[in-house]
Amino acid sequence: MALPTSSTEDSGAGRLLSWWRNPEIRGVFFQILTLLIVIWVGWTVADNTIQNLNRLNIASGYDFLEDTAGFSINFSLVDYSEESSYGRALLVGFLNTVLCAGLGIVLATVLGFIVGIARLSNNWIIARLATVYVEIIRNVPLLLQIFFWYIGVLRALPNPRDSLEPIPNVFLNSRGLIVPTPILQSGTGFVFAAFVLACVGSFFLWRWARLRQQQTGQQFPVFWTSMAMIVLLPLAVFFLAGSPVSLVLPELKGFNFATGSTLVPELVALVLALSIYTASFIAEIVRSGIQAVNWGQTEAASSLGLHRGQTLRLVIIPQAMRVIIPPLTNQYLNLTKNSSLAAAIAYPELVSVFAGVVLNQTGQAVEVLSIVIAIYLSLSIVTSVFMNWYNAKFALVER
Amino acid sequence: MKTKKLNLTLNLFAGAALAFVGLAMGATSSYAQDGSTLRAVKSKGFVQCGVSQGLPGFSNADDAGNWTGIDVDVCRAVAAAVFGDADAVKYTPLSAKERFTALQSGEIDVLSRNTTWTLQRDTGLGIVFTGVNYYDGQGFMVRKSLGVSNALELAGASVCTNTGTTTELNVADYFRANSMDYELVAFEKADEVVVAYDAGRCDVYTTDQSGLYAQRLKMTDPSEQVVLPEVISKEPLGPAVRIGDAQWANIVKWTLFAMLNAEELDITSRNIDAKSSSSDPAILRFVGKEGSFGENMGLPNDWAYHIVKQVGNYSESFERHVGPNTPLGISRGLNALWKDGGLQYAPPIR
Ligand SMILES: N[C@@H](CCC(=O)N[C@@H](CS)C(=O)NCC(=O)O)C(=O)O
Repeated sequence: MALPTSSTEDSGAGRLLSWWRNPEIRGVFFQILTLLIVIWVGWTVADNTIQNLNRLNIASGYDFLEDTAGFSINFSLVDYSEESSYGRALLVGFLNTVLCAGLGIVLATVLGFIVGIARLSNNWIIARLATVYVEIIRNVPLLLQIFFWYIGVLRALPNPRDSLEPIPNVFLNSRGLIVPTPILQSGTGFVFAAFVLACVGSFFLWRWARLRQQQTGQQFPVFWTSMAMIVLLPLAVFFLAGSPVSLVLPELKGFNFATGSTLVPELVALVLALSIYTASFIAEIVRSGIQAVNWGQTEAASSLGLHRGQTLRLVIIPQAMRVIIPPLTNQYLNLTKNSSLAAAIAYPELVSVFAGVVLNQTGQAVEVLSIVIAIYLSLSIVTSVFMNWYNAKFALVER
Repeated sequence: MKTKKLNLTLNLFAGAALAFVGLAMGATSSYAQDGSTLRAVKSKGFVQCGVSQGLPGFSNADDAGNWTGIDVDVCRAVAAAVFGDADAVKYTPLSAKERFTALQSGEIDVLSRNTTWTLQRDTGLGIVFTGVNYYDGQGFMVRKSLGVSNALELAGASVCTNTGTTTELNVADYFRANSMDYELVAFEKADEVVVAYDAGRCDVYTTDQSGLYAQRLKMTDPSEQVVLPEVISKEPLGPAVRIGDAQWANIVKWTLFAMLNAEELDITSRNIDAKSSSSDPAILRFVGKEGSFGENMGLPNDWAYHIVKQVGNYSESFERHVGPNTPLGISRGLNALWKDGGLQYAPPIR
């Protein structure tokens, strides 16, 4: 009768042991342990920080965002003045970061693809030039390049009194590019509507043309027709509505142009430097992507009678994209983060305005940095999600 | 099975690393308790002093890495008081925007970096100012060719300056109060401002007037620059320490007072040994032969003797670094002693 008891005990310990030996259960156990440690560390850090802040008599909390900023920002996409709040300054910095990262990404992609394809060109000079570009640009520190463009651009430009006027009423000087400010009047809505309509129309045109090509093999010049539609339709409506936009022309008063809109040289220098630098990495990604596509694909394409441009556009690039997109996403994220080097040339983006000026004026280091971290994280996540979606679209559909 | 094992090791490793970081974070506390700074300074053997990244006359390093300037002299005087050795200082160059974080976090023991004493900084940042070693005010500098003779003619100008300073707030107030338009271009580092201003980005360079005189020396053509007569703000510059350690605050405060009192008593680095044997009780108290003033601060009794012997009195420091016979060529003005018509006034050592 003693046997069953001992066997139950045995099986209890045995069960524990066999659980322990089960890799899945063990995996879960360690994951829970890791999670607990992470939570504990986070809690300790937060607790420690709060205690230290209290003892140092530093106020904490996010209320300071409503206080008056008191400093001026020379480039802003939204209304901002010294009377605005720190929260508003945050918005200005954020939008300026998005603006320069957005412009940088577009330019870097275009330039990167051109250089990447050029590196594989049969033309010796073009291929060599592309190689030289890549090798020089990627090996010079970005901060130096930013200074180079900034000081280079500045030194080349005259002071406002001797401004260049490349197009009537558009001025170029060391304060930036000054253009007339458009004032929208009633009727501009129709112009936007026409633009949207033209875009939707182009989409359906593209669908129709593709369907027709699949059925009959006949091609239709979709690109040029769409372009004509998108440009001409809004333009026609614009004139029909009686040109509902008036311009405030730049006017030199005292030291500078008092009216008109200014594109500051800091933004130009930053976008130039960021896109030229990142393009050198993108070029290598594009080159490796294209080289990853089997040569047989090219041969097959030419035996179908496609010429070189078509082969590249219709056969090679779509397949290369699968290799290109993941590292390309990385470059986009890098570019966004690198835009924070702007503090060195006074472009008022997130880090220089918020983590710089606001942090310094308020002393709320923990709060300010937590916001900045959250914003960069969100920007990165949005970029990644978008690129993953795009990647999924390009993924090989196996049949 | 292989990958599972790897997973396990990774988990263990990550866990250990995290635990370590956690312990490290939990253990560090930068909070200053009374007496803790002096103890820490004594045990490491030097004073860690936060200075500028290079402002001639105030804190500037030469090619060999030797720091000089009136702000540096404050650090050196503190080291002389604590160790009897003015060279027991290590310097941390800080930009305007980094400086307070460096002090709060305990990276430096004293901040002596042409920093303006304001209410917000004194009460909201966990730091306290201990005195004023230079009374300054904000000014404007322009190129002569601009033909401007006073600041009210600056409407519409582009203005270059540093971020994280009182400067950018004052300039905003000034232009708003006089309803003038302006464009502020704010750089992180002082040298970047100089380069951009020199390249023609701005019509005006604004900062503390002393800073204008110092930065002017870095321009391609210093003689082409004029400093306008207007002073638009009060910029009392002085050293600051972390809040909570009254003893350390006293040491830094009375170090500066000792330099000022020495000037008032006519004690200089050259005559202090001779004067020590005088019978003037004020001098005897100063050099520590009477009373126990040093001990009350946790210092040797001859703390002030070492300050003056090794660093000099306030006047010696001023003349050496920013005075009329230096490239900056600044006269005492507001920084003269109270009895000579200036603002420098130190409470007595007694
Ligand atoms: N006194 C002002 C301004 C201090 C400041 O940063 N001045 C600049 C220009 S004079 C400077 O110190 N530059 C030297 C450097 O950044 O290293 C403040 O405390 O906010």
